[in-house]
Amino acid sequence: MESTIVKAVDYNAYFGDNHVVKNVNIDIPRNHVIAVMGPSGCGKTTFLRGVNRMHELIPNATAKGQILLNNEDVMQMHPIFVRLKIGMVFQRPNPFPNLSIYDNVIAGYKLNGVRLPKAEKDKIVEESLTRVALWKEVKDSLMKKGTFLSGGQQQRLCIARAVAMQPEVLLFDEPTSALDPISTSTVEELFHELKKNYTLIIVTHNMQQAARVSDKTAFFYMGELVEYDETKKMFTNPKDNRTQNYITGRFS
Amino acid sequence: MNSSVKFRIGKSKAFQWLTTALAFACILPLFAILFFIIKAGITKINWHFLVNVPKPVGETGGGIANALLGTFIIIVVAALIAIPIGILCGVYLSENKKSRLAYWSRMCVDILQGVPSIVVGIVAYFWLVKPLGGFSALSGSVALAIMMLPIVIRSTEETLKLLPDSLKEAAFALGMPFHRVILKVIIPCGISGILSGVMLSVARVAGETAPLLFTAFGNPYLSANVTKPMQSLPLLIFNYATSPYNDWHDLAWGASLILLVFVLVLNISTKLITKRWKVQL
Ligand SMILES: Nc1ncnc2c1ncn2[C@@H]1O[C@H](COP(=O)(O)OP(=O)(O)OP(=O)(O)O)[C@@H](O)[C@H]1O
Ligand SMILES: [Mg+2]
Repeated sequence: MESTIVKAVDYNAYFGDNHVVKNVNIDIPRNHVIAVMGPSGCGKTTFLRGVNRMHELIPNATAKGQILLNNEDVMQMHPIFVRLKIGMVFQRPNPFPNLSIYDNVIAGYKLNGVRLPKAEKDKIVEESLTRVALWKEVKDSLMKKGTFLSGGQQQRLCIARAVAMQPEVLLFDEPTSALDPISTSTVEELFHELKKNYTLIIVTHNMQQAARVSDKTAFFYMGELVEYDETKKMFTNPKDNRTQNYITGRFS
Repeated sequence: MNSSVKFRIGKSKAFQWLTTALAFACILPLFAILFFIIKAGITKINWHFLVNVPKPVGETGGGIANALLGTFIIIVVAALIAIPIGILCGVYLSENKKSRLAYWSRMCVDILQGVPSIVVGIVAYFWLVKPLGGFSALSGSVALAIMMLPIVIRSTEETLKLLPDSLKEAAFALGMPFHRVILKVIIPCGISGILSGVMLSVARVAGETAPLLFTAFGNPYLSANVTKPMQSLPLLIFNYATSPYNDWHDLAWGASLILLVFVLVLNISTKLITKRWKVQL
C-alpha cells in the first residue's frame, strides 16, 4: 500500500511577476525517493523550497495553490512547524561555522533553545552521524569545528543535522553537485538507507544519479511538471517528447 | 628616443620614491606625539598619582583617581547604551538592504558620524542637562553613546553583509524563528567584526572632551554617582593644562599619557581580538 505523504495541488510560485512554477500537481508516496529533474532555470529549486515554505523568505516571492503534508495544507501551518517536519539539505554544505561537529548535529535543538539531557544529546549525535556514515570518521573529533571537515564530510554533517530533527520528509537540492565522485557515491548510498525512515525529494542534474537512487522521477520543463512516473519507465520509455529530448541530451 | 625612455623611467622611479617617502612621513606624527607625551608624562606617573584625587592649589602631589574612575564609568554606561541599539540597527540595515527606511537611516547614520562633537554636547545639554536640572555623568554618557552609534552600526552592517545567505537559510530550514537566527547564528558568526567596531568606537570617544564639557562637567572629588557631575580624563586635561599652576600642568601631562596608552592598547587589542575571534567560514 502506497500512502501519499506530500501532495501538491495546483501549486504556483512567483518571483514578483515572474511565474516560475506553473500549476504543479504531484503525489509523493511515503518512504520513496523522488528525483526532480529538468533544464536549468525550470523551477526545480523554487518548487522544492515551496514544499517547506522557504520560498516565502525571498522578498517579492509569492505562491498559490496547496502543498499538503499528510493531507494538511502547509500554507495554513506555522512555517516553523512545517520546517521541523520537512528538513532541507542545500547544494553547498553549510554547517554552522561557529559550532563544533557535535553542536552542528544538534543545532536544531540547541539553537532553538530546546534543552536536552547530556545522555540524550550524545545519543542523538551518535545515531544521526551513524545514519549518515560519518560517525567512524569523526567520533574522536566531535569538538572540532564543523568547517574543518572535507566538503563531502560537511555535506553528510548537514544531512545528519537535518536527520537529527526526525523530520518526515527530507528535501535535497543538488546535494552532490559540489562533491567529488567518492563523496558523491557515499551520499548516494545514504539515500537508500534514509529511505527506510524518511521520504526523500532530490533535485539533481545527474541522470545516472537519478536512475541509481530514485524510485520515481518528476520532469520539469519551463515551470511545468511535464511527466512524473516510475524512474525505470521514465528512462526507458518516456511519454512526453520533451522528456525524451532531455534524457537523450538534446537540450540541457 | 632612448633618452626619452630613460626620462620616463626616471619619472616613474621618482614617483615611486615619493609615495614611499610620504608613506614613511605618515608614521612620523604618531611617533612624535608618543615621544613628546611619554617624555613629559612618564615621570609624573606613580602609584600615588593613580590612587589620589587632585590636591587644592598650592599643595604639591595629588593624582587623577577621580578622572580614571569617571572615564571608566562614563564609557561603560555609554557602551551599554550604544552597543545594543547599534548592533540591532546594524542588523536591520544588513537584513533590509533595499528598504526605504534602510536607505534613510543609513544616510542619517553617515551624517551623524560627521556631526561635530561640540554640537552633540550642546544638544545633550539642552535635552538632558537642563530638563534634569543639573550636570550629570549620565548625560555625558548619552552624548558619547550618540557618537559611538554610527561606528557600531556601520561595522555591524558591513560585517553581517559579508556573511553568506546560506548560513541564514540553514538556520531557517531547521525551523528557527527570526530572532534566534539573528541572535544564535548571525551575530555569533560576525562577532569579531562587531566587537572590533565596538572597541574602535570606545577608542574614538575615550578622548572626547567637547561632549562632556556641559554634560559630565567635571568634579574635583571622587564620585561614582552617575546622576551627579563626574570628572574624566579629557576634562581634567583640558581644565588643568589651561590653568596657571605648574602642579596642575604635571597632572595634565600624566593624564594625557594614560589616555594615550589606553587608546593605543584598545586599538592594538582590537586587531588581536578580531584575528583571534574570527569565525572561519
Ligand atoms: N531569488 C530569486 N529572485 C528572482 N527570481 C528568481 C530567484 N531565484 C530564481 N529565480 C527565477 O526563477 C526561475 C527558476 O529558478 P530555479 O532556481 O527554481 O531553477 P532551477 O530549476 O533550480 O535551476 P538550476 O537547475 O539552475 O538550479 C529562474 O528563471 C530564475 O530566473
Ligand atoms: Mg536549482
